[in-house]
Amino acid sequence: MQITVNINGASETRDVEPRRLLVDFIRSDAGLTGTHIGCDTSSCGACTVLLDGRPVKSCTVLAVQADGSEVKTVEGLAEGGELHPVQAAFKQHHGLQCGFCTPGMMLVGSALLEDNPDPTDEEVRWAISGNICRCTGYMNIVTAIQAAGGEGS
Amino acid sequence: MTTVHEPRTSPEVGGIGHSVLRKEDDRFIRGAGNYLDDLNLPGMLHMAILRSPVAHARINSIDSSAAMEIEGVLAVITGEALEAHGLAWMPTLSGDTQAVLATDKVRFQGQEVAVVIATHPYIAHDALSHIDVDYEELEAITSPQQSLATSTLIRDEKEGQTDNVAYTWEAGDQDSTDAAFAAAARVVSLDTHYPRSHPAPLETCGVVADVNSITGQATIYMTSQAPHAIRTVFALVAGLPEEKIRIITQDIGGGFGNKVPVYPGYVVATAASLLIGKPVKWIESRTENLISTGFARDFHMHSELALDGNNRITAMRANILSDQGAFFSDAQPTQFRAGLFHICTGSYDFPSAHVTAKGAYTNKAPGGVAYRCSFRVTEASYLIERLVDNAAHEVGIDPADFRALNFIREDQFPYLSPTGFVYDSGNYHGAMDKAKEMIGYDAWRARQAEQNSDPDATKLIGIGVASFTEVVGAGPSRQYDILGLKMFDSAELRIHPTGKAILKLGVQTQGQGHETTFAQIVAEELGIPYSDIKVMYGDTDNTPYGLGTYASRSTPVGGAATAVVSRKIRAKAQKLAAHLLEAAEEDLDWEPGKFTVKGTDQSVTIQDVAFAAYTNHPVGMEAGLEGVTYYDPPNMTYPFGTYIVVAEVDTGDGTWKVLEMVAVDDCGVRINPMIVDGQITGGLTEGFAKANMQWITFDDDGNCIGSNFMDYLVPTAWETPRYQLGETVTPSPHHPIGAKGVGESATVGSPAAFTNAVIDALWSRGVSNIDMPVLPHRVWGALNGVEVSP
Repeated sequence: MQITVNINGASETRDVEPRRLLVDFIRSDAGLTGTHIGCDTSSCGACTVLLDGRPVKSCTVLAVQADGSEVKTVEGLAEGGELHPVQAAFKQHHGLQCGFCTPGMMLVGSALLEDNPDPTDEEVRWAISGNICRCTGYMNIVTAIQAAGGEGS
Repeated sequence: MTTVHEPRTSPEVGGIGHSVLRKEDDRFIRGAGNYLDDLNLPGMLHMAILRSPVAHARINSIDSSAAMEIEGVLAVITGEALEAHGLAWMPTLSGDTQAVLATDKVRFQGQEVAVVIATHPYIAHDALSHIDVDYEELEAITSPQQSLATSTLIRDEKEGQTDNVAYTWEAGDQDSTDAAFAAAARVVSLDTHYPRSHPAPLETCGVVADVNSITGQATIYMTSQAPHAIRTVFALVAGLPEEKIRIITQDIGGGFGNKVPVYPGYVVATAASLLIGKPVKWIESRTENLISTGFARDFHMHSELALDGNNRITAMRANILSDQGAFFSDAQPTQFRAGLFHICTGSYDFPSAHVTAKGAYTNKAPGGVAYRCSFRVTEASYLIERLVDNAAHEVGIDPADFRALNFIREDQFPYLSPTGFVYDSGNYHGAMDKAKEMIGYDAWRARQAEQNSDPDATKLIGIGVASFTEVVGAGPSRQYDILGLKMFDSAELRIHPTGKAILKLGVQTQGQGHETTFAQIVAEELGIPYSDIKVMYGDTDNTPYGLGTYASRSTPVGGAATAVVSRKIRAKAQKLAAHLLEAAEEDLDWEPGKFTVKGTDQSVTIQDVAFAAYTNHPVGMEAGLEGVTYYDPPNMTYPFGTYIVVAEVDTGDGTWKVLEMVAVDDCGVRINPMIVDGQITGGLTEGFAKANMQWITFDDDGNCIGSNFMDYLVPTAWETPRYQLGETVTPSPHHPIGAKGVGESATVGSPAAFTNAVIDALWSRGVSNIDMPVLPHRVWGALNGVEVSP
């Protein structure tokens, strides 16, 4: 069936199989490979994107469910060439190593900061508890998100 | 002497000791990394693998005709088809053989049976259910004990194999060890199982094979921690000419040992591309990853420690039974079948040890890979640190004091261990003292005594100590090889006329930050700003041969090669500088980035010299400023540290949580302290996972329990403890920059610290061991004297 999804401000209209996963639509149809696939069971959060502003695991959303919605991926975080504070803070605070979980972590972090610009350590940890990182041990991710909040507020 | 080194270079140059920000981050934070699954080649086809649903069965027939009917399916490949090309079996990195696609039997649940090649990944996966395989089930052998007792032969295809033994191995001296035990005042024993786990990098394994049917050029994009070694294996397996094989490894989403071996999927995709003449992509699902590729550990360990009347350790004995799965497909060095397990004498000074190991085939996935570990060092470190802790409790001495009493002293290095390692350097008392001070050890012991002395206490405090010693950086070529390939590593450095540089490495980053830290080594040696040095790796056509990144060998071997090639270039630069300054070479002083004529202010920069190398080189000297080094380390390096965990155990439900943890690491000279700390906090979390929640197990039929992230638990930010990090610096005396490697220390050292904390809390309640993962029901069972299911 035909769907139209606004991804990072650009409209994508495609004919998709009803079973097509949103993550495959984003990666293969829209060609935005910054969104990753890590587990297939919505456990790891590598595929997290913002669907109408809310973090979702795009391996567990059908593309057809996103028809008429706005999707933001990591490629849409920076605006006008200016890094989002979360992106800058992840680099500044060594919040990433292999980089595979990073897009999902940053999107969840950015959504958290929209609601709560000054989150505590626990609030950040709870917010990102649906996202797995195998490299960092999370401490620097938490620090980065908190620092990005401080910058925005 | 333990000192923290001040950087010699400016922050702009960014040499050793500067926490410069990572150069690789710019692409990752923009979603512009280049991971394998991001690659799409024109005309590319997709492969899906049909896997065995049973653990042990004879294959009577495979009917793929229905699958072939599906639109978009181009081929179904079975073992029989591969056999016709001699490709049904392949060598493993441990010198065994492994089925690429099963022909005679399946030997573990999840084994590769057939593949579908289709125009779309959804179609390829759909078609799998249309392949009809007739299995005749056989006894499933699910433990090494069962394996050694049964007459059922798992590897019946293997010529000369009359039992289920994969290997036997021993180290140390039995006679002196037995004599020490006979004379011992006390013997402390421990039986423990280091459970099967999985490295589970967030990016699974995969390949895009592109074989050009006209030129015969095979370009294989692969998630590999060791691309050069893989190229050679491919040449040997497939009979392809090695100059026509190009392995390209782009960004890797974590490896941790999972991405060292050669997997059947790589080989079949390459064969399929060769057969069909189009690129073929295979991407593992998470379940495929967990059930079929690269498990780790699974060591059943019996051990004993002999003590004299003064509570000094006099000897150690260990007897290991390892569960290898269906194929011996670890990547152990040829001379070390149980890896470097014989580092199990740890940080302690005693004269005698004897270690025996036996590996058994079982109907489980093959592996035994070094998961964030230098070839079984993790199991060894866990064993000695658990054993020493129990010894301390048995003799009634504080575990930290018992360790200090038995540590190898700083003045004993270099130290010959009873199993034959020559520890290069160490200061174990220094690390212990620092860790105790940081955590407030005595205050915690006081609080513990108070809280735990209440017989009705429901929350018990435990303090777990682990003082690990690793052996990393394989390795000296006289001892270390994989399939005959000596374990040197390489660096090629090219200084361009404008003073910018390209460094090409034989090692392979998977997130460790090589693009930054290796540039910092060159910056240190030559004074060229790290930001002016591009670091390349992962393309076998364009980088020098090396054995890759695992076993904490990048900095010890590849880092040494980088320093040495930089020094070679500096030696030539000095000749060029002498020419430019019209002075004698020996009259020049060097400081990073600049040659100065002694006693004058006449100088030239390394950039001036680089330009001259291409524009004004002296008669009789070759032009250019480039070099390559293959570094053969004279010894291994021996990182160490002390970790202390304070945990609180709930006696009601058996749960435990970390109240505080301190990790003091000594990895020698730290190139980039920020990156080192990141390696440690990540490694501690992987260690915590194993102690607290994580394992892969099997039912009696050989069904894998732990085939996804809902069953195989990975800690999230919510469960993960907070850590305090400390350091001591004892440079490696033989490494060009004094570094030792740090990527694995925390995963090696921390599991025992966590487990010891729980046991320390429960010792007075009669509990002396709980195997990892220390799950709540196990704690509860141990406390209440109730046998619980595993």
